[in-house]
Amino acid sequence: MDVNAIYVLWLRELKRFFRSKARILGTVIMPVFFLLGLGFGFNSLVKIPGVGNYIQYIVPGIIGMTILFIGVFSGFQVLWDRQFGFLKEIMVTPNSRVSITLGRIAGGATTALVPSMIVLVLSLGVGFAPVLSLEMLWMIPFLVLIGVSFISLGLIISSFVDDPQGFSSIVNFFTFPLLFLSGAIFPMGVFPSSVQYVGYFNPLTYGIDGMRYALTGASAYPPLLDLGAILVASVLLLALAAFTAKR
Amino acid sequence: MYSSKYAISVKGLVKRFGSFTAVNGVSFEVKKGELFGFLGPNGAGKTTTIGMLTTLIGKTAGSATVAGHDVARQQNEVRQNIGIVFQDPSLDDKLTGRENLDLHGMLYGMPKGERRERIDMILDLIELKDKQDVLIEDYSGGMKRRLEIGRGLLHEPEVLFLDEPTIGLDAQTRRKIWDYIKRLNREHHITIMLTTHYIEEADYLCDRVAFVDHGKIIALDTPDALKDSLGGDVISLEFSGDAESMRKRLRSTRWVKNATVHEGVMDLSVRNGERRIPEVMAVAEKEGVKVLSVNLHKPSLEDVFIHYTGSSIREEEAGGADRMRTAMRSRNR
Repeated sequence: MDVNAIYVLWLRELKRFFRSKARILGTVIMPVFFLLGLGFGFNSLVKIPGVGNYIQYIVPGIIGMTILFIGVFSGFQVLWDRQFGFLKEIMVTPNSRVSITLGRIAGGATTALVPSMIVLVLSLGVGFAPVLSLEMLWMIPFLVLIGVSFISLGLIISSFVDDPQGFSSIVNFFTFPLLFLSGAIFPMGVFPSSVQYVGYFNPLTYGIDGMRYALTGASAYPPLLDLGAILVASVLLLALAAFTAKR
Repeated sequence: MYSSKYAISVKGLVKRFGSFTAVNGVSFEVKKGELFGFLGPNGAGKTTTIGMLTTLIGKTAGSATVAGHDVARQQNEVRQNIGIVFQDPSLDDKLTGRENLDLHGMLYGMPKGERRERIDMILDLIELKDKQDVLIEDYSGGMKRRLEIGRGLLHEPEVLFLDEPTIGLDAQTRRKIWDYIKRLNREHHITIMLTTHYIEEADYLCDRVAFVDHGKIIALDTPDALKDSLGGDVISLEFSGDAESMRKRLRSTRWVKNATVHEGVMDLSVRNGERRIPEVMAVAEKEGVKVLSVNLHKPSLEDVFIHYTGSSIREEEAGGADRMRTAMRSRNR
């Protein structure tokens, strides 16, 4: 394991991220549309039992969604690096695949924090009222671990798919089911019980439930269970990402 | 430090992709401090060989050591001791020149002070100091290539691999890159192995050249020795019609060392070529071949290549590219 390599790949992701204004804007736009469209649309129609109005319910979900999208699409960077040859430069250096993967994940997870914080601040403008307390600090591990899980997933996909078009369609194939079966947009209770079971195996379910606890104090599971579940998922996905990283 | 006098030592190296054999048992040695070239058409197996020597591609059979380390069993030791400039660009275009170098130095575990010092030195060497804070996307092709060569040298490798170092560059930039490569080798004593399909490049730069074709080395020597091996001068005859019987007749004479025909031109290897032209013309007349032009020259590496393969690099190129495409198709199936 090489700390230098992890650090420098993390730094590279940060530099690339902050140098591209379009990229920052792009990561925020879709969640904001969801927030405005669904939030305003359903706020007066829907009340979620135990949480209150719909905005209170959906904002933690939208923040989770922001990280999900950024995470899975960060695998695109690998395709990009392969296209522009930079991947070979990384791969020929005397560093393990584990350190290289860790560097990419650390960079992706850090950059994902920026858009999710922007979305949180914007949500205050549409009437989201977080419960201000020390419990809010729970947000941090959940933000990071949702990032680690789904960046790993993006990297795993990038190991098997070479062309950008194929990558986009496969990523969509994963992200939307993950999103709708996580309780991010509506409670899992609306589904038949067989579908609810699928949700139990979705790491995002626990990530978003934990976020909801941190921001509103209401959650389906105890926060420690949420944390344990997403931690296990992150470690498994990260290991798989390091294992499948090639070339 | 390893004691052998060879920086690279390769024995019977083979690489197969499915049913396609890209490298078919090559063996050679590169001495420390030598500038060694792999010359051949695209698709001949040059890049695949470099891939195996730099541990990026696994070998099918054979063995190779680079800087004293086995490429299969000591990957990290090999990687620590080599620099490579890939055929295709491999810079991060959203970072500046200096940032690319810094990133490279960190990936090789160079401490901060040493890194700063070496980067300054390298930037001077490749004459990019005034462009160090410019993003790569704003660099010209030649500047990118110089930076890549500089980057390959940053961590002070013992062996530098250059895969087609001047491909796609204009003549002026190419000449400049050649001078850098030569200086690195002569003044900084770095062992360099390069691949190229430019005859002039191999001729101008390399201490020794290996001709590579269809995954095999077909000749290996210094450029001068290779040219001498043809035995004197080359008479090139441009003709129209069928000249096969004329070629056979000339080939059977004692003074013609070799006679090949390609693209309507017959090449004859002879000593004292200027005295033999009248005799050649007499044979042509007897055989009824119409000669359009005659050219006498000292053999070039191109002539040597034609001598060994029966066709020019350019002709081989078309065939090689086809073979490569066929191989790729069969891989995807």
